[in-house]
Amino acid sequence: MNIRIKFQKYGVMKFIGHLDMMRYFQKAIRRAGIDIAYSEGYSPHQIMSFAAPLGVGVTSDGEYFDIEVKSSKSSQDAIEALNQTMVEGIRVLEYKRLPDTAKTAMSLVSAASYLVYVKSGYEALAASIEELQAKVEAFYQEQDEINIVKQTKKQEINMNLKPLIYEMKALNLKDLQHLHEVQVENPEILASCCSQSLEQDETIHSLSVPALYLKVCTGSADNVKPELVLEAFCQFHGLSYEPFGLQIHRLEVYAKSDEIPVKGEKERQQYQQFLDHWKKKCLQQGRPFPVFLTLGELGEEIEG
Amino acid sequence: MASLALSDEILMSVDKPARYIGNEVNMVRKHPENVAIRFVMCFPDVYEIGMSHLGIQILYDMFNQREDVYCERVYSPWMDLHHILKEKKIPLFTLETQSPVKDMDFLGITIQYEMCYTNILQILDLSQIPLFAEERTEADPIVIGGGPCTYNPEPLADFFDLFYIGEGETQYNALFDLYQSIQKQGGTRREFLRAACKLPGIYVPSLYEVTYQEDGTIAAFTPKYQDVPAKVRKEIQTDLTDAPYPRNPLVPFIKVTQDRVVLEIQRGCIRGCRFCQAGMIYRPTRERDVDMLKDCARQMLEHTGHEEISLSSLSSSDYSQLSELIQYLMDFKEKGVNISLPSLRIDAFSLDVMSKVQDVRKSSLTFAPEAGSQRLRNVINKGLTEEVILNGAGLAFEGGWQKVKLYFMLGLPSETEEDMREIPRLADKIARCYYEIPKDRRNGKCQITISTSFFVPKPFTPLQWTPMCTKEEYLARARVVNEEMKAQLNRKSLKYNWHEADVTVLEGVFARGDRRVGQVLLKAYEKGCMFDAWTEAFDNQKWMDAFEECGVSIDFYNLRTRSLDEVLPWDFIDCGVSKEFFIREWQRAQEEIITSNCRQQCNGCGAAQFQGGVCLEYQN
Repeated sequence: MNIRIKFQKYGVMKFIGHLDMMRYFQKAIRRAGIDIAYSEGYSPHQIMSFAAPLGVGVTSDGEYFDIEVKSSKSSQDAIEALNQTMVEGIRVLEYKRLPDTAKTAMSLVSAASYLVYVKSGYEALAASIEELQAKVEAFYQEQDEINIVKQTKKQEINMNLKPLIYEMKALNLKDLQHLHEVQVENPEILASCCSQSLEQDETIHSLSVPALYLKVCTGSADNVKPELVLEAFCQFHGLSYEPFGLQIHRLEVYAKSDEIPVKGEKERQQYQQFLDHWKKKCLQQGRPFPVFLTLGELGEEIEG
Repeated sequence: MASLALSDEILMSVDKPARYIGNEVNMVRKHPENVAIRFVMCFPDVYEIGMSHLGIQILYDMFNQREDVYCERVYSPWMDLHHILKEKKIPLFTLETQSPVKDMDFLGITIQYEMCYTNILQILDLSQIPLFAEERTEADPIVIGGGPCTYNPEPLADFFDLFYIGEGETQYNALFDLYQSIQKQGGTRREFLRAACKLPGIYVPSLYEVTYQEDGTIAAFTPKYQDVPAKVRKEIQTDLTDAPYPRNPLVPFIKVTQDRVVLEIQRGCIRGCRFCQAGMIYRPTRERDVDMLKDCARQMLEHTGHEEISLSSLSSSDYSQLSELIQYLMDFKEKGVNISLPSLRIDAFSLDVMSKVQDVRKSSLTFAPEAGSQRLRNVINKGLTEEVILNGAGLAFEGGWQKVKLYFMLGLPSETEEDMREIPRLADKIARCYYEIPKDRRNGKCQITISTSFFVPKPFTPLQWTPMCTKEEYLARARVVNEEMKAQLNRKSLKYNWHEADVTVLEGVFARGDRRVGQVLLKAYEKGCMFDAWTEAFDNQKWMDAFEECGVSIDFYNLRTRSLDEVLPWDFIDCGVSKEFFIREWQRAQEEIITSNCRQQCNGCGAAQFQGGVCLEYQN
């Protein structure tokens, strides 16, 4: 049985790197008594894969990984068992069953959304939210191309960020309702989680700081780290870019809604039918069909 | 969530910030204002090494069981952070509450090897605690040293308020109670130390005076006051089954050296190898009951989520209930738990077990003959014979193993060139064993790796009086081995590793040094020596300059044959094994006579006074 787990990472845990988070969850899964499946061979390892690595220093409300289990508790019980054994700064939010032929979270990732705010002791990006919004518009809406030079280990690459930034706007951290407007799915859950993990972060000196909301292309093909956008933004406005002064907080990770998240001919057809049905329903109800789905929305709760 | 001692900016700019944030699984949380005593336990090396140490995990758990004590941890900041802390004058902090170390009541430092001595000074320095015990005030923590190196604490005497000699399980409760009662009476640091020295196992160096003879040897080592005990007997936990053992050990986020559950099955060793300090100071050998170990193993695996469990002891094969324990642990194999079995004697039983728990193709067999010839093995009382090694290796090769590691020491007393040449010859005989197997039943080449270290005589061993070699002589001996290896038939299957000898020379000085070498330590630290156990940090020239500037002779400590009646710096410690026994064993070494192990026969070493472990077995 395939399971997708969503968790939050905040506070001091932001200093734990991606590989160590994988090790952390391997051990946590054992402590929680999750009946995880192991690979064959002399040194069997847990069948586990993470969606999108999070950089050291970045906090998150939307981290995902998939595991394979031999049997499962209900979603609620599994979340409880996992959270019993979590350290401060990690909280499991979702535990959902995926179709047997599900594609991995990693292969589906296509976008991620972020909040970016200035830590206490560093100069604000703008005096007010209005000023920040104006800066965002000048940078994002009004430029046809946002050309940057990306430095990789081997070479410098010229890159146009514009088509890879799906959304960018200013918002007030205290005004988490704003998130309702920018998020299509599950705004209530998102808002409640977000406020909780942000409260844990004492680098925020005040929730009235103007912050940036970003939704960028993520995944193996055109991966955009929020740092790239922020550096370009600061450069454009002649602000000094201080990587340590900005707290990046990931909100969600998304799959494209029109990508079929299962393998196998029959399963793909079935999913296509489901998508068609959903699109029709949206049309009937006069709602837009979402471009993105959160990775969590591709799974379903396991009832007790 | 506790706020961190370091800013994001610092943490993001140093290697592995997880070393400094605490918050690990099973970390103990208490409110400091609710406890009477704040203790910080320190391993003076980098986090990954310190977190792998079982002793701290035992004491951390034991101390925190007490409601009135909060035990936290600190490790050596790596060099990158060291420079930042120095530059910004940020005081070194505990991991749990991120509080300054200098605000604690006690700073306990475990001293496991000589090459961490400069790191002890680093800890004190970064904590902003005066390096010299005599300069500390009521505001400073009581600095305690423990661990195997405290069996000769003298090189460190000036830097510690007290040393705890022996196993930590027994006297800390009394020490904490004493501290509180003295505090309640408004007593001073001095008064506490004066009272503490009367507790068993506690050595307060400032209460003793050392005088020297003209030739530099010790004339007398005497208590300054009448009520200060002249001898300090080591502490020992006689019953290890009914003893503290952590069921919820800490689980670090980053990969540490010992990234697994560690199950200490017994303490001590019955073998009595004459070079081995551990085999003497942990006498008598005491086993933990197998049911207790099963229970511990299960709980520790559940509470940590580790995917590996390792049995810890000096010689696992001597544990009487080994097969029952392994049988039990095998059941966890299905749950993806690996079993690691270091220090096993290679025989049919252990090979059978090992083939079940590991991939024979990848794993290697380890033998520690320690000396190349039977003659020299008799000198050091290493019972392993060539026949046993070749039989074991033969069985292993039949079972599919191809890799063998061999450990030897160079520079043992009475070692001849012939003894050195026997090392690669033995390796070659093992390789021949392999190639005797028909080609269709073996899998390519075998790989025999020889590693040699240089012998360092340790206090409380029968070889404690013997001289060491010069650095040049050590290296010359390694070259003899290397040359002989190239003459072997199967040289292409042999590999030889040896180390630089610089560190050995320093280890020698600090292992058997007296109070006068403490100044060299300080000088070396001032010159920037730190992390001397790390090749990338070790700077021998600074050390040599430090000795030179302090006018301390390395040769006096390393190259001199000590007479049997010389007052040794560690003579005031009673390790439970008598000096008469060591002298007897030294004589037998010179006569190349083997002494039987504790299970075969009691040799009257003196450890029977503790009324525990194998000594009682023998009486039955």
